[in-house]
Amino acid sequence: MTYETILFDVAEGVATITLNRPDKLNSFTAKMHEELADALKRIQKDASVRCLLLTGSGRGFCAGQDLGDRVVQPGDEPLNIGAYLEVGYNRLVRTITSLEMPVICAVNGVAAGAGANLAFACDIVLAAKSASFIQAFCKIGLIPDSGGTWTLPRLVGQSRAMALALLGDKVPAEQAAQWGMIWKAVDDDALMTEAGAMAAHFATQPTKGLALIKQAIRASSTNTLDQQLDLERDLQTIAGRTDDYREGVAAFMDKRKPNFQGK
Amino acid sequence: MSAAYEAFAGGEDILAAWARPHVLQITLNRPKARNALRTQTLRELAEVLRLATADDAVRCVVLTGGPTVFAAGADITELAAHTATSILTDDRPRLWESIRRFPKPMVAAINGFSLGGGNELAMHADILIAGDTAQFGQPEVNLGIIPGAGGTQRLTLALGKSNAMLLNLTGGFMDARTALAQGLVSEVVPAPLTIERAVAIAATIAAKPPLAVRMAKEAVLKSFEVGLEQGLHAERRAFCQLFATADKQEGVNAFLEKRKPDFQGR
Repeated sequence: MTYETILFDVAEGVATITLNRPDKLNSFTAKMHEELADALKRIQKDASVRCLLLTGSGRGFCAGQDLGDRVVQPGDEPLNIGAYLEVGYNRLVRTITSLEMPVICAVNGVAAGAGANLAFACDIVLAAKSASFIQAFCKIGLIPDSGGTWTLPRLVGQSRAMALALLGDKVPAEQAAQWGMIWKAVDDDALMTEAGAMAAHFATQPTKGLALIKQAIRASSTNTLDQQLDLERDLQTIAGRTDDYREGVAAFMDKRKPNFQGK
Repeated sequence: MSAAYEAFAGGEDILAAWARPHVLQITLNRPKARNALRTQTLRELAEVLRLATADDAVRCVVLTGGPTVFAAGADITELAAHTATSILTDDRPRLWESIRRFPKPMVAAINGFSLGGGNELAMHADILIAGDTAQFGQPEVNLGIIPGAGGTQRLTLALGKSNAMLLNLTGGFMDARTALAQGLVSEVVPAPLTIERAVAIAATIAAKPPLAVRMAKEAVLKSFEVGLEQGLHAERRAFCQLFATADKQEGVNAFLEKRKPDFQGR
């Protein structure tokens, strides 16, 4: 499959997906969903990939849904956005959150609506200082989707999440970092260097272990402490059997740098 | 493994091997066909269970499939060849019955898809353990048929009417967490640990007095067939019978003497 709306590249253990409709601020179309799903499937099947980096081209990261892509003509039946979510955004968020490797999002510009919530579905979010996050849904009579009503209150607490979702105010990157909405705001021209360096780092790390960390942290928001202790016991059992754990311990004992294979 | 543990042959479609002392692991092994249960698979399974019944070394069986598919239903090419009359004289009901009548405990370790006949097989196990990626369903309705090996009955016993109807009438799937919440499975564990967990449970059971285990299984299954009055009567009869066993004596003595019992199955 050749892509029209995204760029896809795999190099040295890092898969990079770049949303690529810069003239439309990389807003989502059905086509983009299809291509993203295909690219993510390739990543899942490619054992050499140990980190995913997601970013946008041009001045925006992603402006959310391209409203022009699902215009209702007068006299048409009303759109079932729920059905559209299920095959598009929901599938995308489920895939990214369960992807067995770290997913870095480099937010290069405005992230609005589903664009913001796509970023929050990633494991680590870096944003350019000029970038911003907007829950724009309330302005057109919709609710935050793509997991926004779940991730936002967990990231910034209910009072901030509620106000942001109801008002649709723009949150600049530095404010977002202060609030814990994202990991870090960096200078615009340093964004891709820093994100690239982090991705390159992850490509040398014990991928299975990192995937299990991700699974455990994500499960924690709905688990009780007892359930989480059980899960830690089980996931640690799995982690303890990986080649990389063996290598990590051996390297520590030998006082050398570990050479992780992601297995 | 000591000499008392004879090798089990398995067959073309299944593997059979000792997982632990007294625990026989049977693995559906036709990944190319997503472990579709062709008649030969059932035949091999029935045969291994027949041998396991006769072998005192076997105290518990673990039944499992592959990492992504437990068993994906019946063999559709076989189904396609059947007519209304040939299906009447099909050998499968007899094979299912011999699996159903296996008297020793069976623990199923289910990873991936457990569908149609595969799910019906899973429900033949006494205890079901699911990996967190397991999916359960009775999609027969999509082919213009219905489950033919207990899917409408055992699923209803496990889930109740509405949930069983949902699976049987829509042909949709149910994930592992839902299966746990609805009582189809006893535990959900991370998928790489499913077999290990099932084997651990099987080993615990294998350390119990085999006759008592066998009677307990029979008594629980009885509850699905008869009313409470008869069920209680059957339970009481089995209870009394166990008082004649050497293992009852050993169990009680060991308890009083504060030592570990050594059960012989007598």
